[in-house]
Amino acid sequence: MTPTKFEPGDRVRVRTEEKPGHVRTPGYVRGKIGRIEKALGTFKNPESLAYGGSGLPEKPLYKVGFRQTDLWDKYTGQANDILYIDLYAHWLEPARQETS
Amino acid sequence: MSDTRSDAHHDHEGVKPSAEATYHAARIRAIEALLVEKGVLTREDVQRQIEYMEARSPSNGARLVARAWIDPEFKARLLSDTKSAAAELGIDASGPVEFVTVENTPEVHNIIVCTLCSCYPRAILGRPPDWYKSFNYRSRAVSEPRAVMREFGFELPEGVEVAVHDSSADVRYLVLPMRPPGTEGMSEEELAGLVTRDCLVGVSAPLEPVLSG
Repeated sequence: MTPTKFEPGDRVRVRTEEKPGHVRTPGYVRGKIGRIEKALGTFKNPESLAYGGSGLPEKPLYKVGFRQTDLWDKYTGQANDILYIDLYAHWLEPARQETS
Repeated sequence: MSDTRSDAHHDHEGVKPSAEATYHAARIRAIEALLVEKGVLTREDVQRQIEYMEARSPSNGARLVARAWIDPEFKARLLSDTKSAAAELGIDASGPVEFVTVENTPEVHNIIVCTLCSCYPRAILGRPPDWYKSFNYRSRAVSEPRAVMREFGFELPEGVEVAVHDSSADVRYLVLPMRPPGTEGMSEEELAGLVTRDCLVGVSAPLEPVLSG
């Protein structure tokens, strides 16, 4: 599957699939909706690299921003506090505008 | 390195620190011995790598920050291409991982964490402090960054936005802190003396200048 290409500003949802191994997508962002901040280039896939694999094909990596209040129910900071995390394209899917 | 438990039960026969005797240390030594025996690496390779890491320290980060404070063009290069800016100061950060410097402003304060392990800009700053690798810091820096900073004695001014960077993949982050007020007449070297490891991670601010006279 060719990963979707994203542009800065795109809304994305982090996939929720449970995947064993050297996965670089922490649980606290899975299923959450964020925004592409920038494309960081392509890197060897750590999910293969960690087990002696080639890591190829390289995966696009994106810096994704989340509102802290979208990540934590009881977030006590400011409403505009943000969390950035670098996520590989195969963990992201386009998210439509939410009305709720 | 001190270990309070071994202080309580001082063992005069063991001359090595107690950390050397742990299960994991023993396992690492066994693996190292096997790799040497099989010719995958040599003792010299291991020693060279230790020396490489030991030669890195937060003072590298302090030099980058001090130069950026006095030279706006260098600052622009540091923010756009940290690796080559580091190379300008003789800091070799070449290697497969990328380095990105994020700038603190009056509006935004940055803080760095790796929730999954201990990703850290080692090629520039050396080994991360123990607290950076602790479960406590890794879990709380993302969910309550302001409380964590407060525990480091740093109270963020009201209204400043916090930007947490979870460096979970192939990019390592460094914070470019704001130049403290009252440092106008200071030399680059004096400025570097204000830049602590903690402020390069974003849990704190640089030291205040000591007023003389």
